[in-house]
Amino acid sequence: MDWYPLINSLRIAAISCVLVFFTGIFFAYYAAKLPRAVKGVLDVFLTLPMVLPPTVCGYFLLVIFGVKRPLGAFLAQYGVKFVMTWYGGILAAAVVAFPLMYRTARGAFEAFDKNLAYAGQTLGLSDTYIFWRVRMPACRQGILAGTVLAFARALGEYGATSMLIGYTPGKTATISTTVYQLWRTNDEAGAFFWVMVNLAISTVVLLTVNMLEARQKKAVKA
Amino acid sequence: MSLLVDIRKQLGTFRLDVSFTAENGVTTLLGASGCGKSMTLKCIAGIEKPDEGRIVLDGEVLFDSEKKINLPPQKRRVGYLFQNYALFPNMTVRQNILCGLCREKDRAVREKRLREMLKLMQLEGLENHKPAQLSGGQQQRTALARIVVSEPRVLLLDEPFSALDGHLRDSLKIELRDLLDRFGREVLMVTHDRNEAYNMSARIAVMDEGRLLTVKPSKALFADPGTVQAAVLTGCKNIVPARRVSDFEVEIPDWGLRMETKQRVGEGLCAVGIRAHYFSPAAPQNRFPVRYVEEMEEPFEVIIQFRYSGQYPDTSPVWWRIPKEKKPQTFPTELGIAPANILLLYK
Repeated sequence: MDWYPLINSLRIAAISCVLVFFTGIFFAYYAAKLPRAVKGVLDVFLTLPMVLPPTVCGYFLLVIFGVKRPLGAFLAQYGVKFVMTWYGGILAAAVVAFPLMYRTARGAFEAFDKNLAYAGQTLGLSDTYIFWRVRMPACRQGILAGTVLAFARALGEYGATSMLIGYTPGKTATISTTVYQLWRTNDEAGAFFWVMVNLAISTVVLLTVNMLEARQKKAVKA
Repeated sequence: MSLLVDIRKQLGTFRLDVSFTAENGVTTLLGASGCGKSMTLKCIAGIEKPDEGRIVLDGEVLFDSEKKINLPPQKRRVGYLFQNYALFPNMTVRQNILCGLCREKDRAVREKRLREMLKLMQLEGLENHKPAQLSGGQQQRTALARIVVSEPRVLLLDEPFSALDGHLRDSLKIELRDLLDRFGREVLMVTHDRNEAYNMSARIAVMDEGRLLTVKPSKALFADPGTVQAAVLTGCKNIVPARRVSDFEVEIPDWGLRMETKQRVGEGLCAVGIRAHYFSPAAPQNRFPVRYVEEMEEPFEVIIQFRYSGQYPDTSPVWWRIPKEKKPQTFPTELGIAPANILLLYK
């Protein structure tokens, strides 16, 4: 039994999720502070990957990071190649999952009671302290939801991934590309197996979220 | 100890333009909602930035648009009690108060000051409670503890009682007043409630549409508001256009009569105000025939609306407020008012 697609999918999802967690929060925090006009433009740009077909995102990634393109060629000099490598999958998954994190985090930040931050400032707390110890805890539900959504989206990414890194067994194969490949080659049993694996992971993720939510509600009540 | 504020700020069509100094004791900014009271506090705290002007606290410049000085809120040492108290919901009472001690580096000192403050604010035993588990009064005390422990040079209170139930409000007013006395520094409070302003402070500054109208000792303000806006804010129910006749006489065209005053009438008089309590069937002066319109009962008082017999048809009726037990059996045919109770209002 070759477990490579599972391991590859999990590491791609996990790493892209971490990247998206920080970049999403960063943009959400600063977008909330920008003047309205700039915010509108930036918002459209940052949300596009959510509404575009993933294959179109994959197309843009190829245009930017293809080895014959300026940036791709430049990176290739240093041995960094996003096309047809497993870590290219991180890029594809991160781009597609980013808007989910960004938008949910932004929603949470916008709902945040600004007086809490102001109160912290007048008491002499540093802005960094206020961010991590007041704002983030107050927004943790939204941020947690965004993280889980981003993880789930990254795990299930197919379109951009197949465009950018294709399907090479034992090298770039992920669960979703494997399912497609096996089905295409008439290996129905194999496809079914990976479908079940995917289903199992998604179920565990959702159960975890529900459990965390329930625990939080309990904590708030106590 | 002094606070000097002289700031201007444009917000869309709203313009804030205030300048005043506050000395020791409690000063209240009294005004309707949206008049710029809270914005003024936020500018002092450094949360909002005025377009131009100066803010000087105890000789230290907090803001000066010309010299391009704008200290961040962290460096101003200005305590700000928010309307909703702004306690950090994820932290316990203890952690919240420790936030106010973040400038103190010595752990033992921090712990000692925390203990003292918990005792002073009667919060002992509640150290490990989250804000959501506290009553409104306890939340207010925690928020105050967190501020006072940070040793601010001036304390700003933004509608401190609006989040509390009516029956709690009075007891907390007394509690807070005693505490502010002990605090012994300048306090600037903001409210739209005239009773709160009167209860809590020695001086009241009346604000209207972003401007400061008058600053007066509380008693003097209620006795002589001076402007129509101030009269409205101090709860004067009968305000009617008037013009000067002579030094001690005014004409009220809407009511079709002239009244005697005790205060000398100045040029530029535009209206007079008569508080609804001050009409009396027994008063010998300024007596005029009246006609009953209708009444509304309150738990302990009755509000009667009446019209003067010479009053213009489409003007509003006059309010008379009287304790129930003093209400006459039959409505009097004439009502008088002491000349001292006619408030002269100017532009």
